[in-house]
Amino acid sequence: MSVTTDGLTSAELAAVRADFPLLARTLRDGRPLVYLDSGATAQKPEVVIDAEQDFYVQRNAAVHRGAHQLAEEATEAFEDARGKVARFVGVDADELVWAKNATEGINLVAYAMGNASAGRGGAAARRFALGPGDEIVVTEAEHHANLVPWQELAFRTGATLRWLGLDDEGRIRLDELDTVVTERTRVLAFTHASNVTGAVTPVEPLVARAHEVGALVVLDACQSVPHLPVDLHALGVDFAAFSGHKMYGPTGVGALYGRRELLEALPPFLTGGSMVEIVTMTETTFLPPPQRFEAGTQMVAQAVALGVAADYLAELGMANVAAHEHHVAGRLLEAVASVPGVRLIGPHDARDRLATVSFVVDGVHAHDVGAVLDDKGVAVRVGHHCAQPVHRRFGIAATSRASAGVYTTDDEVEAFREALSGVRAFFGLEGDR
Amino acid sequence: MSALDQMYQQVILDHAKFPHGRGLPEGDEGATAVAVAPHPGCGISHQVNPTCGDEITLRVDVSRAGGVAVVDDVRWEGQGCSISQASASVLHDLVIGQDLATVDRLSATFHELMSSRGAGLDDEAAEDLLGDAVAFTGSSKFPARIKCALLGWAALSDALILSGAREE
Repeated sequence: MSVTTDGLTSAELAAVRADFPLLARTLRDGRPLVYLDSGATAQKPEVVIDAEQDFYVQRNAAVHRGAHQLAEEATEAFEDARGKVARFVGVDADELVWAKNATEGINLVAYAMGNASAGRGGAAARRFALGPGDEIVVTEAEHHANLVPWQELAFRTGATLRWLGLDDEGRIRLDELDTVVTERTRVLAFTHASNVTGAVTPVEPLVARAHEVGALVVLDACQSVPHLPVDLHALGVDFAAFSGHKMYGPTGVGALYGRRELLEALPPFLTGGSMVEIVTMTETTFLPPPQRFEAGTQMVAQAVALGVAADYLAELGMANVAAHEHHVAGRLLEAVASVPGVRLIGPHDARDRLATVSFVVDGVHAHDVGAVLDDKGVAVRVGHHCAQPVHRRFGIAATSRASAGVYTTDDEVEAFREALSGVRAFFGLEGDR
Repeated sequence: MSALDQMYQQVILDHAKFPHGRGLPEGDEGATAVAVAPHPGCGISHQVNPTCGDEITLRVDVSRAGGVAVVDDVRWEGQGCSISQASASVLHDLVIGQDLATVDRLSATFHELMSSRGAGLDDEAAEDLLGDAVAFTGSSKFPARIKCALLGWAALSDALILSGAREE
């Protein structure tokens, strides 16, 4: 077998692409699709699409209740999926809570801490209580989902929000770690990989500093879990959230990991059915985790299909996936560097970065860049990518972003480069062609 | 003509490159919708397109002659894509010198055009009224770009309310 890309042979890459039915469709005027928006949402392999349908065709029933065979089978499929996803990120099944997406997972932690701050959860939950004088630390790289919930928690509790800045390549300023993360810090929340710059955060020094001062670490693993081998136990984080749809699973499902002893002590966020033990007219006792955090009917078919997505990636091997995408990252960086008038926002070399490449085209707004690329069948994301502070850090309002997945080919990167090289000419600007 | 060329007609590219009415009088830049206008009959509105972060600050000056409120001037400052910038430029040319009833008719007709999904208005009088703004027909085919074209008009509508010209 000939190896044309690192990590996946050309035959393996072709086989991967054949797993994703949507990649075969064409766009306006019969143009082939060049999908470079996997950072926003990934396409789905047929096994995932089939698994969701199969659940409804074969096994649909309410989980964790009912004494009939279907309910047992549905519950088994649901809990098996939890085990698969947990194993995929290196944690135990009872440490993994389903959430509708990563945003909900992070909000769960923030709201549960708010509840602890209001005295809920008893003595065990006091470790989560925040008040004036306490500090929550985030970074300037955060997606709004890992920033706004902490702003709100700070407003509700009187705690202070602080943050680590970014250097000129978009990497988190580790030199600020000791001055920003202090004895007052109670939470350090940061992204494992930026959805704008593609920079991968060195988790170890941040975890070490946070734990040195007794702060909890909350990791936004949305962009890392689909693209890199991730072992949350080995990373030593206290909580981590990621979404299903970015890791080739369905929309509507994501997961929150919490270290067992922490989940056991954490009061609930959403309350209601399926998460209680004894309910009287005046008070309620709650189930142990993970059920304590899964109020109401869950996204069962989606969770089952996410388990299949985790297995799909595990079978490819995340080391292979990461090696392939590292190769694609290098090609994307070369493509962006080769076009005059295009400026990269993020690290210039492929080391410790994802194949997520954001850029600005001099004299052309990102929306207009996206329209010209779209005309060539190249799908990129334009705008602030739910990370306005990152853009403000670089003095811009918007970028265009090409983000790859396991199925991205060199030919697609070349189609992107070709389309990008025509953008400035289309708007009558000199300097290319 | 490709869908792309329909969206970026030359008249739009020209307005985007050399926008009319751009540049606020000193002191207005960055003013928010709640900012106090410098005098009665002047309204300033700041609008943002939350999907892409595009922004516009638009100032309108209205005077009253013989019982009819007339737009004397429109000035604006903003950052955004060529569709939003060109639209604000065309708006400037269309509404200056018009009474508020005509401005409202222009705004309603332009909104109608932008809801046409690329079909246009099928109404010659309406298209004559819109002048250069008819060139945005091509943008109306792209759902993500409709808000871009309407950003300046949203700012004008708000600025006219803030000017107090509608109360008299």
